[in-house]
Order: sequence, then C-alpha cells, then structure tokens
Amino acid sequence: MGDLIQIVVAKYNYWIYITLMMIGLYAMIVKNNLVKKIVGMNIFQTAIILFYVSTGAKRGATIPILEHGHGEHGAGAHMIHAVDYINPLPHVLMLTAIVVAVATLGVALALAIRVYNRYDTLEEDEILAQIREK
Amino acid sequence: MKIIGLIIALSTGVLLISATGDFPGWADPASPASTHLSPHFIEKTMEETSVPNIVTAVLADYRGYDTMYETAVIFTAGLACFILLRIFVREEPEDRLYRHVLTGVTVRVKEGAKLPPSDDFERIDATWTPPDLIIKTICRFLIPFIQLFALYVIAHGHHSPGGGFQGGVILGASIILLAISQDLRTSVRRMREKLDAVLCAVGVIIYAGTGALCLLLGLNFLDYSALASVLHCDPVTARSHGILIVEIGVGIAVMCTMIWIYNNVSSTGKYDEGL
Amino acid sequence: MIWQLDLAILTLVVIAGIAAITVKDLLGAAILFGAYSFMMCLLWSIMGAVDVSFTEASVGAGVSTVFFVAAVFRTTRRTKD
Repeated sequence: MGDLIQIVVAKYNYWIYITLMMIGLYAMIVKNNLVKKIVGMNIFQTAIILFYVSTGAKRGATIPILEHGHGEHGAGAHMIHAVDYINPLPHVLMLTAIVVAVATLGVALALAIRVYNRYDTLEEDEILAQIREK
Repeated sequence: MKIIGLIIALSTGVLLISATGDFPGWADPASPASTHLSPHFIEKTMEETSVPNIVTAVLADYRGYDTMYETAVIFTAGLACFILLRIFVREEPEDRLYRHVLTGVTVRVKEGAKLPPSDDFERIDATWTPPDLIIKTICRFLIPFIQLFALYVIAHGHHSPGGGFQGGVILGASIILLAISQDLRTSVRRMREKLDAVLCAVGVIIYAGTGALCLLLGLNFLDYSALASVLHCDPVTARSHGILIVEIGVGIAVMCTMIWIYNNVSSTGKYDEGL
Repeated sequence: MIWQLDLAILTLVVIAGIAAITVKDLLGAAILFGAYSFMMCLLWSIMGAVDVSFTEASVGAGVSTVFFVAAVFRTTRRTKD
C-alpha cells in the first residue's frame, strides 16, 4: 500500500495530463458540432504542450534566464552550473507549437465559416444528410 | 459513435498511463531530457552569444532554422485564411443602412441607389449599438501604450521573457482592439489590406534575408557571426544583434498575420462589417 | 513548485476543459476555452516556463478567444450537442 502511494505521488502529474489529452481526443471524435471539434483539437494541443514543458522542470532550479547577465561580459562572470537552471529545450520547441496551434485555429475557423455558408448548419449529421440527398 | 469514441479514448488513455511507468520522476535533475544537450546550452550561451535569456538564444540562434520555417508557417496560415474567405465586390450590391446623426432615424438604401454626400448621414452595421463614449475613448487612449509595450517586449527579449512572437501578437491585438471598439472600417482605413499582406511577407524576407546575408559574407546560412564585418563589432556581439534583427522580422510577420486572420474571419471576407 | 497550488490549478483546468465541450451555447464554450488557456498559462508560470507562459497568455487567452468569438458570431450560436 505504501508502495502504491509512492507511485501515485511520483506520477500523478502525468496521469492528469493524459486525462486532459483524452478529453480533447474524445471531443474531436464524438462531438457533432464543428466548433466543438475545433475546441477539442485545441485542448489536445495545449495538453501535449503541457506534457512536454513538464519534462523540463527541475527541483530547486530557477527560470532559464542567466543571472548577472547584463552586468559583466567575460572576466568576472561566475561559473554557471547547469543544475541551477531548468531545462530550456522543451520551452523552445513548445513556443513553436503554440504559434502553430493558433495558425491552425485560424484556418479551421475559416473552413467552418465556409461550411456554414454552404450548408447553413454546423452539425455534422445534418451536413452529411444534406450531402447524401443531393 | 459515442461508445466507439469512449472506447478509443479510454484504451489510449490506459496505454499511455501504463507507459508512464518508465518515465523519470517528476522534476528530476538527472532525467535524460536534461543531460545531453541542455547543459551545453545553459553554460555556453553567455560566452558565445552574450544573451542572458537562454530560450531566446536557442530559439533564434542555435535553432534558427526551425524558427524561420515556423514564420513561414504563420504566413501560410494567414494566406490560407485569405484564400478561403476573401470575396472582392466591386461596388456595394446589398442594402446599406445609414443613420441620420441629428435625429437618430435609420435609413435603408437599396442596391444601386446612392445618398447625396453630406455629413448628416453615417454608415452603420447591421448590428449597430449606440456608441459608448467611455469604451471608445479609453480604447483610443490605451492603444498607443499597448503598442509601446509590445515594442518593449520585442526589444527586451534578450534580458527578460519575451521576444518576437509575444511582441508581435500584442501589436496585432492592439489593432484588433481598434477594430472591436470602433468599426472594422476604421481599422481597415488605418491598416490597409495590401500593406498588411506585403508587411507579412516582408517579415519572412527579413528573417531569410539575414540568413542569406550571412551566406553571402562567407559563413554558413544563419550563422550570425558573419555579420561582424557589416556591423563593425566582435562576433559575439554580432550574434546578439543578429538575434535582434531576426526577432524584429518575426514580430512583423506575426502582427500582420493576426490582423489579417481577424479581418477575414470577422467579416467573412467582405470587409464591410465587423463584430 | 508548491504542490498544493499545482493540484488546485490542475483540477480547475480539467473542469474548464470538460465544461468547454459540454455547454450547449457556443459563445460560452469560447469563453470557457479562454479561461482554460489562462489556467494553462498559470500552470506554466508555476513550473518556471516564463516564455511559454507569456506566449500562451497573449495568444491563447487573447487572440485565440477573439477568433473563436468572431467565428461564433458569424455562424450560429446554439448547438444541440
């Protein structure tokens, strides 16, 4: 029992992130409305970004901006230890991912507006019915 | 459909949770993600590029190629929105609504007819609400300060959290605020569509052009220490200045894309009435 | 990394996510999505990812919500599901 508590305390973060991802995936598959599907896609994307950024955290370390940065160049700068700063690589990759997410959102909403102009509804089953009777 | 979706989501979730057994512990300093390349970035950024913000240095210098293509992706998204939605109408074929300012009477003008040009009539949207003086005045007052803050964020990205993307989005948001608080036509009159599209491309060209300039000066593509001969400084400072130039390019591209996408989505391409 | 704060904000994030896809009013879903984005930004600030948090605050809780509201305004607001 103590072993189980140990595992839960060490890993509960990852389980909550996976829950968020599955909420987004469920919304994308099951929901009929196009805007709800787009919301589900964005929930999925931000949950994945959260998961990646969490792999860069370090206990007892500070943000990845070097201290005494703009004071001295070269001589006089003290040693910088990698243990003191959290890992900046996932942050860099996820900056790109956030901006790509908003670009995808813009194009998806443009497509949804076009579909609405053509079929006068945003529900997927009504659109399919209209296509089938053509 | 619901049951299939539920089964898929649950089974994927269970698979992923069973895979977390292999993950390193939360916030472990010795995890594999933090041991191979990131100590090199943390320790060598100051002496190779003299930029304290490690994320900005890695984003614009060490991984500058990815960021260039990401800027191209942003531009492509704005272009895709434009191609999907934009409709060019020559004259104004639909019924227009005008309001007589002094009496508040609304006049509907049919297609093809014209009102005599005079200052008594103002053009309104179909979803017109009485203008609120407080909101209009405060937004007009705030927008220059928002833009100043955005320029600060771009310029100070070397020493504090920030950089090209964040500053560009805030600049775009200031013009969107103008469009929301007043009229879409006011915002389009300030920032014309053609200027918007051209500036978006200019942002991408600034980024790629800096890389090509480095190539022409003899070093690799996007190796900013080649700019030392153009800027008359040592290679380390040249890298810092190269990062700043590139961030400006990214900021311009992102600003114009946000304005472009908002204009197209909120007026479904016709550019006559906004939110 | 205060774990109590972490757990509280994570709970709010999950609740906002489930609510954003369940409500029947699309404008409500857009606003709830803005709240979800902002909670994510807080989570990343707690973890120390300041650049990512800044970007998500300006992009997710700002411009993204405005796009959603503009699109909902131009299409329909009610949904049956």
